[in-house]
Amino acid sequence: MSAGEKVITNPVKANAGWKELPIGGIIPQGGTARGFFTGGWRSLTPVWDAEKCISCLQCWIFCPDMAIQVEGGKMVGIDLDYCKGCGICAAACPPRTAAIKMVNEGA
Amino acid sequence: MAVKQKTVAESHAITGNEAVAYAMRQINPDVVAAYPITPATEIVQIFSNYHADGLVDTEMVLVESEHSAMSATIGASAAGSRAMTATSSQGLLLMHEMLYVASGTRTPIVMPVVNRAVSAPLNIHCDHSDTMGSRDSGWIQLYGENAQEGYDNLIQSIRIAEHPDVMLPVMTMTDGFITSHGMENVFLLEDEEVQAFIGGFKAAYPLLDTDNPVTFGPVDFTDYYFEHRRQVFEAMVNAKQVILDVAKEYERLTGRSYGFFETYRLDDAEMAIVVLSSAAGTTRFVVDQLRKQGMKVGMLKLRVFRPFPATELVEALKHVGAIAIMDRADSLSGEGGPVGAELRAAFYNEEKRPKAVNYIYGLGGRDVTIHHIESVYKDLANILETGVVGPTVRHLGVRE
Ligand code: SF4
Ligand code: SF4
Repeated sequence: MSAGEKVITNPVKANAGWKELPIGGIIPQGGTARGFFTGGWRSLTPVWDAEKCISCLQCWIFCPDMAIQVEGGKMVGIDLDYCKGCGICAAACPPRTAAIKMVNEGA
Repeated sequence: MAVKQKTVAESHAITGNEAVAYAMRQINPDVVAAYPITPATEIVQIFSNYHADGLVDTEMVLVESEHSAMSATIGASAAGSRAMTATSSQGLLLMHEMLYVASGTRTPIVMPVVNRAVSAPLNIHCDHSDTMGSRDSGWIQLYGENAQEGYDNLIQSIRIAEHPDVMLPVMTMTDGFITSHGMENVFLLEDEEVQAFIGGFKAAYPLLDTDNPVTFGPVDFTDYYFEHRRQVFEAMVNAKQVILDVAKEYERLTGRSYGFFETYRLDDAEMAIVVLSSAAGTTRFVVDQLRKQGMKVGMLKLRVFRPFPATELVEALKHVGAIAIMDRADSLSGEGGPVGAELRAAFYNEEKRPKAVNYIYGLGGRDVTIHHIESVYKDLANILETGVVGPTVRHLGVRE
């Protein structure tokens, strides 16, 4: 995904007052999570080894955000803007493959 | 428009629950998700018979708890359907978390509630502790005196809830057993009249419209949460005019008039009782008896507790010398019940205001008799005579 696609036109004006906001916290547009970068929450970072990866896509299924990048049915990388560092991908990766390791960024 | 006057012969002898279930059939909601609880069980039980007989188009979801019932109803409403459920007492308490989600998400759900005491000790009979416990949940609350009002309030609620200026859930109450299982004459509308009155429901952002995707229930932190809660405040204020407008239109259809409250012989009254639901019937009888003895007594029966019609209540009661505010629920603040607290607060800035006492009565279905009500008016007469208010919170009909 190119950087441009991450800029979404938010239907809700920034700092809108209560009279302007759609009621009930409803966001009348789909896919707005693209504009919300959970990467800032991360303390552990997944490091992916393309050589070991068998593209089983278990990580793509289980990733709670949209960090796992897939093209043409193949795992191609991790977009850290959406990676909160939960480690689920590493746990979901088949043990004999073990293509993702979590590393401590601060270390 | 001429009101079609119905004769008693055209009325139907049915119970409160039957009247409410009948209204639900005529409303024909898209989804009903429910879990049984006494004394509201019959509503959904009767409705499920209608469903089994093919008399409604409703999708029925028989869930495993009231928390799930409310959750499923919210989901169905967000999806864009007209969704209903029904409950009582512990069931309403189990829904409590989801009640706030329903109002905060602005899903116009309508739910009949049959008032019942809450545990412990275990009790299945009437008091208002269940719905009074939901008074800050952002639901509109309409209290009905009898089966007719339970029926009429439910039909009007659909219009109130779904009004674009409101978009809030509504609960309509009847008293457990006293009304829910008591048989009365009830005037019923024709199915087509109900359908024409309520009209269709068109959600602004139906979740199932995949061509126009929307997000429901996102996180809403320090930056927007306050604004969204401010909107709910506004919707509750807006509901006042909508409730009156819908009542006017309903009166044109039925000849039965509704407002925030009903006053009975109040205009020249020196003493008045403020009461909700079925005990109003007993009070009205006592007012007539005491009037014959020359006592200037009256009654105000509150129908709409949320939104709280403070200004209108002050206007209606400010000329009265002494009022007794009846609460069939105790806030357990040590200072009385919810109606007592809010009505007295409404008078705070008024120069001219009645002396006021708050009575807790009828807890756990304890009978409130004409003798009890007479004693309250006698207490008020004593307050007027001596000018001494005495204890501001009193318990009516409890053994010492
Ligand atoms: S660490 Fe968690 S958020 Fe990051 S890619 Fe893996 S599963 Fe997704
Ligand atoms: S789970 Fe592991 S092997 Fe499967 S696609 Fe993801 S990184 Fe590759």
